[in-house]
Amino acid sequence: MSKITKEQVEHVADLARLSFTEAEIEDFTNQMSKVIDYAEVLNELDTENVEPTTHVMDVRNVLREDNVKPSLQREEALKNAPKQKDGQFEVPSVLD
Amino acid sequence: MSFYDETLSSLHTKIKNKEVTITELTEQSFKRIKETDDKIHAFLTLDEERALAKARELDEQEADNLFFGIPAGIKDNIVTKGLRTTCGSQLLDNFEPVHDATVMNRLNEKNVVTVGKLNMDEFAMGSSNENSSYATARNPWNTDHVPGGSSGGSAAAVAAGQVPFTLGSDTGGSIRQPASFCGVVGLKPTYGRVSRFGLVAFASSLDQIGPITRTVEDNAYVLQQIAGHDQLDSTSANMEVADYTSALNQDIAGLRIAVPKEYLGEGVDEGVKARIQEALAKLEELGATWEEVSLPNSKYAVAAYYLLASSEASANLARFDGVRYGVRKEGEDLLDLYKKSRSEGFGDEVKRRIMLGTFALSSGYYDAYYKKAQKVRTLIREDFEHVLNSFDVILGPTVPTTAFKVGENSNDPLTMYLKDILTIPVNLAGNPAISVPCGFSDGLPVGLQLIAKPFEERTLYKVAHAYERATEHTKVKPEL
Repeated sequence: MSKITKEQVEHVADLARLSFTEAEIEDFTNQMSKVIDYAEVLNELDTENVEPTTHVMDVRNVLREDNVKPSLQREEALKNAPKQKDGQFEVPSVLD
Repeated sequence: MSFYDETLSSLHTKIKNKEVTITELTEQSFKRIKETDDKIHAFLTLDEERALAKARELDEQEADNLFFGIPAGIKDNIVTKGLRTTCGSQLLDNFEPVHDATVMNRLNEKNVVTVGKLNMDEFAMGSSNENSSYATARNPWNTDHVPGGSSGGSAAAVAAGQVPFTLGSDTGGSIRQPASFCGVVGLKPTYGRVSRFGLVAFASSLDQIGPITRTVEDNAYVLQQIAGHDQLDSTSANMEVADYTSALNQDIAGLRIAVPKEYLGEGVDEGVKARIQEALAKLEELGATWEEVSLPNSKYAVAAYYLLASSEASANLARFDGVRYGVRKEGEDLLDLYKKSRSEGFGDEVKRRIMLGTFALSSGYYDAYYKKAQKVRTLIREDFEHVLNSFDVILGPTVPTTAFKVGENSNDPLTMYLKDILTIPVNLAGNPAISVPCGFSDGLPVGLQLIAKPFEERTLYKVAHAYERATEHTKVKPEL
């Protein structure tokens, strides 16, 4: 069984911008180990010479004319913001 | 008047002949919702005042198209301007979109009356509706059982006769599985056939919006209205939309059906198997032929899917950070604000998938998990291509079982994931598939799944409609 460690789960939680209690970390470690363990079945398949599918349709860059069109007004863009100030989204200071 | 006795076209005739007003029709929808929704919890938000105002306005006009004045319910991950859209998540409890999804524009231009937003597993992650942050929607055939998911509310509402049609979304079976559990018709279109603009993204390479209806005919009408290229979705297919309704009432003599042995094998309930074999016999009677085939890589689909869908979800759900919309919890600094807002706002299953996806995409594991799953996805696509080179449709059950009891599987994510084993491969391959009612097992509906080549929705409607005309399954209704 591929063991996922508590430390790995804590690292992934940090990358995912999630925080957990000790007990939750424990639970996630168990559940993720099980799912990852299950995912190991994929290794039964030889995929050495198989191209990965990123997308089922063969779409490349889709371009359009760069014309100015009406877009969302500032007031509307801010309508659902939990906190705003001077017509902008408000966040805690990121610079000292 | 009851929606059980009507189709879109019979309703349209009644509206045109002034046998019923649009106001009466809308009132009927809200009346039925009020009678039944305490039991089934299909709706999260009702838009009664605006719907009735629109109905009164429409009553002053000429009914110029089939959808004119028809009440509809919309899955709550499809954005509706000015109407709360939660995605079944308390994180978006107060979110009021400032624009409409493209599918909403397509319905609104025909004057559909939106009555409200439908319950779902949080951010479409689930197969039972038990992951809704609000209430678990219930199966109208037996309210101790789940309606399926993630579009559980969308299927339950149609099955309960609350509205003539709804829209759902399908990433790994989220339209077909609840349609199967609730005894209604649900179609997942070919990837790219319906615009995803305004569908809150779960896994962008898999998500598709599709119709849930009581009959195959109605389903074809709804797809006809919502399908087509959209400049606002660069993954929408820039090709002409076929005439779906002309595929109805056709003969299926000579149709070649493939039955994958993996779809009737281990893990499929005897009752489900029996109904599928009866359906096959019925289609044979109608002139179709069938052969057993193999989709050898099917058994790898669930593992590949959970890696790929979770990876895409972990990226898509990064936008919920407590700054632009949704729940915000203040923190010591910006990073802490993100973490607190997300940790309080998301439910367990969503966190589980974000964690799995972040892991699969993280440095050192990307090749072993994410890329490996993408390669397996190629093999699964090739399985379908290969079989559909010699056959018109692939046939099997939609789900290996009937609707399970609320609480029965909720403690074991892996067992729950395996319920989607017959629907997930189709999303990975991108093909269209439909679930149609094919009878009952222990009092609960069984769904027949038909899968066709990409952009061959016509074939699905042709076969499903021939089957529906030859049987009585869509005429049965639940006691509520």
